Amino acid sequence: MNSNSHSSNQPTHHILSVLVQNRPGVLARVAGLFARRGYNIFSLAVAPTEDPMLSRLTIVVDVESAPLEQVVKQLFKLVDVVKISELDPRRSVERELLMATVRVPAGDRGQVVELTNIFEGKILAVGVEAITVSLDGSPDKLDDFEELLRGYGIVELQRTGRVALPKLDKEARLKAVKQGKAS
Amino acid sequence: MTQKITGAQALIKALELENVDTIFGLPGGCILPAYDPLLDSPIRHILVRHEQGAGHMAEGYAHVTGRPGVALVTSGPAATNMVTPLCDAYMDSIPMVCITGQVPTTAIGTDAFQECDTVGITRSVTKHNELIMAADDIPLLVRQAFHIATTGRPGPVLLDLPKDVLQNSMTWHWPSDEEVLDSLPGYKPVTKGHPRMIKEAARMILNSKQPVLYAGGGILKARAADALRELAELIDTPVVTTLMARGAFPDDHPLCLGMPGMHGNATAITAMQKSDLLITLGARFDDRITGKVATFAPDAKIIHVDIDPAEQGKVRRPDVPIVGDCRLVIEEIVKAIKDLLNAGEKQQDISAWKSRVSGWREQFPLYYASHEPGEALKPQYCLEQLRDGAPEGTILCAGVGQHQMWSSQYWKFNEPYTWVNSGGLGTMGFSVPAAIGAKVGRPDRTVWAVDGDGCFQMTAQELVTASVERIPIKVAILNNSYLGMVRQWQEMFYEERYSEVYLSPELPDFVKWAESMGCIGIRVESPEEVQPAIEKANSIDDRSVVVEFRVDAGEKVFPMVPAGSSNDDVLLHPDQNSRREFLR
Repeated sequence: MNSNSHSSNQPTHHILSVLVQNRPGVLARVAGLFARRGYNIFSLAVAPTEDPMLSRLTIVVDVESAPLEQVVKQLFKLVDVVKISELDPRRSVERELLMATVRVPAGDRGQVVELTNIFEGKILAVGVEAITVSLDGSPDKLDDFEELLRGYGIVELQRTGRVALPKLDKEARLKAVKQGKAS
Repeated sequence: MTQKITGAQALIKALELENVDTIFGLPGGCILPAYDPLLDSPIRHILVRHEQGAGHMAEGYAHVTGRPGVALVTSGPAATNMVTPLCDAYMDSIPMVCITGQVPTTAIGTDAFQECDTVGITRSVTKHNELIMAADDIPLLVRQAFHIATTGRPGPVLLDLPKDVLQNSMTWHWPSDEEVLDSLPGYKPVTKGHPRMIKEAARMILNSKQPVLYAGGGILKARAADALRELAELIDTPVVTTLMARGAFPDDHPLCLGMPGMHGNATAITAMQKSDLLITLGARFDDRITGKVATFAPDAKIIHVDIDPAEQGKVRRPDVPIVGDCRLVIEEIVKAIKDLLNAGEKQQDISAWKSRVSGWREQFPLYYASHEPGEALKPQYCLEQLRDGAPEGTILCAGVGQHQMWSSQYWKFNEPYTWVNSGGLGTMGFSVPAAIGAKVGRPDRTVWAVDGDGCFQMTAQELVTASVERIPIKVAILNNSYLGMVRQWQEMFYEERYSEVYLSPELPDFVKWAESMGCIGIRVESPEEVQPAIEKANSIDDRSVVVEFRVDAGEKVFPMVPAGSSNDDVLLHPDQNSRREFLR
């Protein structure tokens, strides 16, 4: 998967996977730090992890606003931040969800349905003059889909911002398999 | 055995167990429950006249004792009044725990009377803060607060306590050290330096021909003054002490060059500029030190020791970054250097460098033009007299502005923890309350607060606190009727267009004001009166004394590196300018 060459993956963006204590105000602390130090957030996704005490923030940082090293060090000074990993896009898996409502007359609906099927998306709702579809996948795949939908007239569109995890290397993959067997 | 007590009782008990002996505070609606058990506690409470005063007192206390200062105030306006001291403590890495009242949990978010989003407002000016939502959480969060405030890079921590949380009953449990650490999985300050980096630093130090030890406030925070002295003497290398590090290395020591930076002395500034190795210890390349960063110490390699990893490379990229506690790291560097020397390595000959530095010192002593008979009193003269008349071990506090710079320049700091000032934030009005806090922390010491007439008018009411609580301090107001430093900038950089800097030559009457607050007031207008007034002030120790020195408004602080200029272009006193070539 060569996602690095695509427009959504400009080299000025870096992905930080930040593990934080799942406590009130954590998001405000992180967002406040970015604002105060003049760093820009490109996108942000937050949700609890497998450990209910911890949440994971996936932050795509605009590194033109500040050197990544400073961003990471300042973030790590927050007491609630437990771990920060920088995810190299080439060595990580990224996913994002897109939902869009497209205005299409009933006669043209088939084209949008076909397009959605080609991208392996889903039809969420169908109205007389509009259709709502969803697609999850790598951010650049979503970019392509969005571009093609635009031709039909997008009424509303929402993307989640990306979530990411490091790719398993071979050894780790085998280990995961073994552990799966053992249990 | 479990014991049911109220949240308020738990709070006070927790503070006692944290060895708090003094709280600076002022009660109000939401914090009322906490003030009741305080009556039965051995903790001394000092009732201030303004919450900002409580914050600066806690800072002054922490500065001189190294123990966290504690402030206790109510919600809303009390919390917002605390923002300035919190930010001040954050900028200068002062350990402090501030406890604020909050409206009951049921009222949070309803815009209740005296409600404000205290944790939101103070988030960016504290090392950490917490809104405590359950009485059972109080002991652990108090322990966390003291742990976070005093370890790693010290700083202020705020605990926000809703009124019902203070009133509710809870089951007392005092968490163990282990429980505290386990509750903070994201907080693990590194104290021990990386051995390979330490060895690298030692080698670099021995190979340097023009080294300078650049000592910052971290030396004092880490109690590393003795270690610094050992290192300096071992490598026979000159030391500059930043505004936050005055006293970290004795001014009387032959290796001490004094303060660098915007109003540092020409030798300290130039030695850094020409150095080939800056051994940076607990300092952060502040813009007031570096001047224009692009031209700062252009030929110097950098060893940077700091406990805060984020300081490494923030302003200047270090060649050898060492994250760790200054004292531990310096001791390791000393050991590593000794090992290398024992193994037969030699230190470079730095005698040429040292004689060059001595040359600058001879040519560019601190200088001001003494007053001619009948002329106005010089502020620098007042400071020299204060210094010479001060009892051994005197602690000096300053506000912010010209008087602060003259204090740092003209005092002789030979002992750590004898200098208290607002460095990073530059908080006017810091001096009087900080001096009160310092005196509470070190009642055995004489405490002088040097202040400007502008600064004094911001927080003078705390002298009432000093009188009522019997905390005798001494205040020297250098009254030039101006916001002096602003005036200096307008004179130098705004073509003498003086805009809104003239205060008043007659108002207030500082002597009467002092007397109305229970202090002795003395006015000094001529040079002959200076020494007797200081002697008198030093002889009084049962109440506070305010000495107003009417000083020359035209006097400027020199040397000066104008903001944004290169340190190479330091402005000398006009009388020294003819010798400027020597600085090349």
